[in-house]
Amino acid sequence: MTREYPDDVAGPYEAPPYEFEDREGRSIEVQRYDDGIEPLVEMYSEFDPEDRAQGIPPTNEDQIRTWLESLTDADALNVIAQHDGDPIGHAMLVPDDDGSFELAIFVLGAYQNAGIGTGLIEGLLGAGREDGVDLVWLSVERWNKPATALYRKVGFRPTDDGSFELEMAARLTPAE
Amino acid sequence: MKTLLGIGGSEDSLRALEKAVERAKEAGDELTIAIVENPDASLSQSEVEARASDVLAETGVEADIETLTGHPGSQLLEIAERGSYDRIVLGGGETSPLGKVQLGSIAEFVLLNARTTVTLIR
Repeated sequence: MTREYPDDVAGPYEAPPYEFEDREGRSIEVQRYDDGIEPLVEMYSEFDPEDRAQGIPPTNEDQIRTWLESLTDADALNVIAQHDGDPIGHAMLVPDDDGSFELAIFVLGAYQNAGIGTGLIEGLLGAGREDGVDLVWLSVERWNKPATALYRKVGFRPTDDGSFELEMAARLTPAE
Repeated sequence: MKTLLGIGGSEDSLRALEKAVERAKEAGDELTIAIVENPDASLSQSEVEARASDVLAETGVEADIETLTGHPGSQLLEIAERGSYDRIVLGGGETSPLGKVQLGSIAEFVLLNARTTVTLIR
């Protein structure tokens, strides 16, 4: 599949770890994550099924575990946002077969609309650039305006293939 | 039930082939298998046809196999309407590296345009 990436490089983004205050005054820590799946299983078991996207996260715990195990393999990159020591957001870059990476981000309902998505996704892209990730893409339901606005803000542009889901892409390093 | 199974050479199509034939056997449905052109698929139409014949032979189900040329979605709908089918069955999409369901363009077209019931097989 050929995908059109923007010419402009997205960012710059700071690489994690860092800490910021969200719009509710909560202190949020963003860091790389490779500590096993248990804390994330706990976070996803509290996830509102309404906020699922294209079938993920799965709803039952066994499926959540299987899914998380596939994401925490060696080549994927995971970044989490924590509040009071518990993960409340998770963003990931998972390699595809073409050498680029698929991105997804999830934030618990009580922590949405507070600027955490932006802080978390910038941390993920910062970490990705640090690790030599060049091209990143995602798909998002077209009606999900908060999500598409977030992706646009951090440098993703629609690649528009005219399907139900909107596909967007970002470039993290200059084109050769 | 008169069922039209539409498949190209994608993985979800091949999964749909096995499940739909099994289902037709259990339910005694009258099944037609339409093999569509899918430029994104790794298998050619004749390879898909051979696969369909194998599955029919293994299960002992009888079904007509038709090979369609041209726009897959509209060709499927035309056959479904002309042949008064009750149901169109398709593969339910591939999953991305991250596990997101991605519906194929053929399924999208059929879902939006069909007058019959559409079943997507996961």
